[in-house]
Amino acid sequence: MDMITSILAITIRAGTSLVFATIGEIFTERAGILNLGIEGIMLMSAVTGFAASFYTQNLFIAILVAVAVGAAMAALHALLTVTMRANQVVSGLSITLFGSGFASFLGQRLGPAANNFRLVGLKGARFTPASFEGLSQVPILSALANQDLLTYIVYLLIPLSWFFLYKTRPGLWLRSIGEDPQTADAMGIDVIKAKYFYTILGGVFIALGGAHLSLSYTPGWAENITGGRGWIVVALVIFSMWNPARSIWGALLFGGINAVQFRLQASGTTIPAAFLNMLPYLGTIAVLVLMTWWEALSKKVGSPAALSQAYMREDK
Amino acid sequence: MRIVFEKRKSRARGVLFAVPALSFMISLLLTGIVLLIAGADPFETFASMAFGAFGSSNGVSETLVKTIPLALTGLAVALAFKLRFWNIGAEGQLVLGGIAASWVALFFGPSLPGPLVLPLCIAAGLAAGALWAGIPGLLKTRLSVDETLVTLMLNYVAILFAEYLYYGPWRDPKGYGFPGSAPFVESAWLPRIFGRAHAGIWFIPVIAILLWILLRRTRWGFELSIIGASPKAARYQGIAVQRNILLAVLLSGAISGLAGACEVTGISHRLQQGLNIGYGFTAIIIAWMSQLNPLAIPFVALLMGGILVGGDQVQMMMGLPSAMGTVMQGLILFPMLAGSLFTEYRIRLLGRRHKRGKEACAEGEA
Repeated sequence: MDMITSILAITIRAGTSLVFATIGEIFTERAGILNLGIEGIMLMSAVTGFAASFYTQNLFIAILVAVAVGAAMAALHALLTVTMRANQVVSGLSITLFGSGFASFLGQRLGPAANNFRLVGLKGARFTPASFEGLSQVPILSALANQDLLTYIVYLLIPLSWFFLYKTRPGLWLRSIGEDPQTADAMGIDVIKAKYFYTILGGVFIALGGAHLSLSYTPGWAENITGGRGWIVVALVIFSMWNPARSIWGALLFGGINAVQFRLQASGTTIPAAFLNMLPYLGTIAVLVLMTWWEALSKKVGSPAALSQAYMREDK
Repeated sequence: MRIVFEKRKSRARGVLFAVPALSFMISLLLTGIVLLIAGADPFETFASMAFGAFGSSNGVSETLVKTIPLALTGLAVALAFKLRFWNIGAEGQLVLGGIAASWVALFFGPSLPGPLVLPLCIAAGLAAGALWAGIPGLLKTRLSVDETLVTLMLNYVAILFAEYLYYGPWRDPKGYGFPGSAPFVESAWLPRIFGRAHAGIWFIPVIAILLWILLRRTRWGFELSIIGASPKAARYQGIAVQRNILLAVLLSGAISGLAGACEVTGISHRLQQGLNIGYGFTAIIIAWMSQLNPLAIPFVALLMGGILVGGDQVQMMMGLPSAMGTVMQGLILFPMLAGSLFTEYRIRLLGRRHKRGKEACAEGEA
């Protein structure tokens, strides 16, 4: 029981950043914008958030900085794809390319002179688990309750975003934009403005995912701290069928793979580390294949119909 | 007054060249701002970057060394992108090509007749790259699984597999703990032509010209261009869409695999760390900047190779972060993307009179 509890606790910790980013990307894709810049946004918010936490020792400011950076990068993606009508795939890739390059540049430049201007190896303010008195003895529940503030925010974010998307009027509007922007436009929704808004909102959540990595999960800055999480998130959005409530399953699955990997490595298994490290990536491919196959079998279409198509009012 | 975007029927030649050139200028400007903030003199930095990349025979040779894999993967990516197959796995295909070439060189090189070794290494690289691209290619064409993610995830798998090999079973017993395989026999070395630049460079013009002829002058190329423009239209014309996509993807992977084979047989002469240093991603920038034109790719690759070498140079000389070159590359893409508005659309300002005329037309029709 103790082992299950501890694996679950690690799983939730590892899954937090994934859920944040998955929900962010769901909002973005529901508005018909495919943002493949997640990896770059997460890296940029991780590095800037950590730098802010190092210099101010204030977590609130750190989060604020990370979120502002994520929002700005998502706004750039919106500008390029919505206004300038650039190809969404290539624009997202550029955000990731630029973001990972610039993040590693900042990591080598933002640090103090004493550390050769590097951020690697420094300690900043970090989130610590806040436990609840009564729950810390209960087996499974203590895994849920012994987490940091950002994880508790995730607990709230999942039902709230589900409620917003499926039970409110603006949520209905959002879904209609991704399915049929022409009709949404005819209904009087400002499609362009909404696409900007939800892409930037998505960027904010993605940034929180990135900040969670450098401020809590693996506190500090390391090159490529995300390790491909931004890409796994793109798969998780498909896995959750663009439904925020289901984002939790994918995140638990991949957080779980991470946890099992750690456990196996710690137990001194004979499986080479390289093969263990392949698990999340192979898992992503497996999930993707299964989901696509299942979608074809059940004739259910999860993806917004107008995803990654540029919207032009003049095209009639 | 109203701004109206009209989709261009054909791309304007002047704009086609002006946009990448202007984008490069803008990226210089943006990088200059980054440099200023980082506390460096932009002019001095650019000058020493240019000098580092092209100012000495050593610099030129290093720039060519980087240009070879960049041009080859750029060509590979452009071919796949032409079909809207988002192959962002050139990196993994390159690594697997390197692994396969190393396998031939290490295990068959010593026993095979000398002149056979190198061609077999190259062939193994081509085959392995095609195989690695074939996985997402089959998944896409058979099960319509999204190729962006599969190609990307396979990058990580290939890189980890190479790591496993040179840290594990292929590790050189005489390597003093150095992570890498034993050196290849000399019959598996690509000849050097200038400094460290090797004969792999001849593959660039050959493949660029072949690809250009293939895409512009053959029936197959014509079919591919229809598929890229509209798969639906292609299907109505009786073109075997899925098969053609798969073939093009296999070819794309093979070219990346060739790049990997050239890297191990031309530069390192063993399988070791450093095969995966972001060539696959830079290839995407190169392909896009060249507007997927095979003949433009070698020149853009040379420019990008120069930026990488120049970036390393300023790191050593001016103490700037080594990521400088990557930042600059990233900054080229944004103005490029914004510029696609001007290559794809004609922008017109419509005055009141025009609008009224249009309305009158509409009324007349009604």
